[in-house]
Amino acid sequence: MSLRAAPRTGLLLVAPALLLLAAVTAYPALWVLWLSLQRRVPIFGIAEFEGAGNYLFLAGDPRFWSATRITLAFTVISVLLELVAGLLVALALAGQRRGRRLALSLLLLAWALPGVVTAKLFEWLYNPAAGLVNYLLLGAQINWLGDPALALPGLIVADVWRTMPLVALLCYARLLTIPAEIYEAARVDGAGDLAAFLRITLPLCRSILLIALLFRTLDALRAFDLMFILTGGGPAGTTETLTVYAYRSLFQTLHLGLGSAIAVVVFGLVMLVAWGYLRALRREGLTA
Amino acid sequence: MRGRPHPTLRDAAVLLGLAVYALPFIWQVLTSLKPEAELMRLPPLLPSRLSWEHYQVVLERSLMLRALLNSLGVGLLTTGLALALGLAAAYGFARFPVPGKGPLLLAIVAGTAFPQIATVSPLYLLMRALGLRDTWLGLILANTSFALPLVVWLLAGFIRDLPVALEEAAAVDGAGRLQTFQWVVLPLVAPGLASAALLTFLFSWNEFLFAYTFTATEASRTAPVALALFPGVFEVPWGDIAAASILASLPPIAVVVGLQRFLVRGLVAGALRE
Repeated sequence: MSLRAAPRTGLLLVAPALLLLAAVTAYPALWVLWLSLQRRVPIFGIAEFEGAGNYLFLAGDPRFWSATRITLAFTVISVLLELVAGLLVALALAGQRRGRRLALSLLLLAWALPGVVTAKLFEWLYNPAAGLVNYLLLGAQINWLGDPALALPGLIVADVWRTMPLVALLCYARLLTIPAEIYEAARVDGAGDLAAFLRITLPLCRSILLIALLFRTLDALRAFDLMFILTGGGPAGTTETLTVYAYRSLFQTLHLGLGSAIAVVVFGLVMLVAWGYLRALRREGLTA
Repeated sequence: MRGRPHPTLRDAAVLLGLAVYALPFIWQVLTSLKPEAELMRLPPLLPSRLSWEHYQVVLERSLMLRALLNSLGVGLLTTGLALALGLAAAYGFARFPVPGKGPLLLAIVAGTAFPQIATVSPLYLLMRALGLRDTWLGLILANTSFALPLVVWLLAGFIRDLPVALEEAAAVDGAGRLQTFQWVVLPLVAPGLASAALLTFLFSWNEFLFAYTFTATEASRTAPVALALFPGVFEVPWGDIAAASILASLPPIAVVVGLQRFLVRGLVAGALRE
């Protein structure tokens, strides 16, 4: 016997959630597209349709291209570092016999903190006069967040610190499912540690690494709080990502149309990446 | 076992490494307990005595306490709303024929990828039109935009993993649909529910962009917003900021240390299904 199919019951159960989601995600997603086609400056009471005007402006806007470059650099470098470090930490954890709970607590703490807290932690660590970083560099007087060459690396370090634990956790969970016999068999066949890693561990972690790559790339592209608080896009715009530029335009210079157009670009980037990965994951035989 | 370190030594080394990894946070804890006069001096690394003065200032003379209460209220209510609607939807998707199920589920997953920056301006206009700016309700509704897709996705997976045979057996024994749900499905999915609740609460607690944009006063400002706007008159009050940031971190710490099992299950299940 199977539960008798009642199409209305199913619909009734999913309807409230779908209606609320339509109101708070689908509707705003369409609205932001519409806003991006307008010239809207609320304080002057300006609200007029201007088609692709905002996008044409952005195409010739050096600040937009700089923000795009910074967003892509931030995303690529952070995500690569997170994946490599995450996998290494997962390997270290997988061999842990005692104190796993404590180990996971110490690791996941960084991931679980509010982004604003992380920003404040690093702002204090990077403090030129009394920061721990300069102290550990034997009293160097480096102004980490005030130097255009150092601010983005400083930001990336903070982001990697915050998000690597998630990658490590996912890889660790995967490693625990690999039977030890495989490694023993490989060792009997004369494989060393490096060979076992390259021939067994890495291939078996391939799919989880792809998934972590997807999660992390999406999150890095839309990251906001860390750079907004830690550097505010400065110095000299060297850490101004697309999200920060969009936010500034929306709520600080109050160009609702232009800000929405930048937000739509972020939206498009995120969807493009998500679509690309989904295709890759399908090829891997993982259903989406 | 050639040249491998002793297992206990190895375990200790890994733990030590992870303690160093947590150092930025531990350093903030130390900073929050340093007497004001020792803040801008390094060395010494350790405070001469532990002082609670920063916590006292933050709790008595800033809006942090109110902000923590706002965060707690908004977080709990967001979680409650997302769980109530999400559990119903997940059960519907997992056990009933729903027209357009595949595309709808895909749309919900896509919803988790929506950048907040893209929906923040329309939501702002919506909040203003509905008079929901600077209210808990406004934040709760905005937060469901990321909380609800997460809950539906996690719970639909957990429910699908339950054997249908149990529900069928209950139906044969004469249990109604609601009874079957209450006495068979709910107890079995409870651990999954706990994981979903935990993640939702954590994400809601940590959320910054919506809270920063939609709030204006202490009526609804959450802890991350209060921390971001922490006032300094002439110089940055690093000790007070450190104390405020530790206070804003208490729920995440509780989750990581006390409820780790549920957190890990939720994160791993969410990732492996996607």
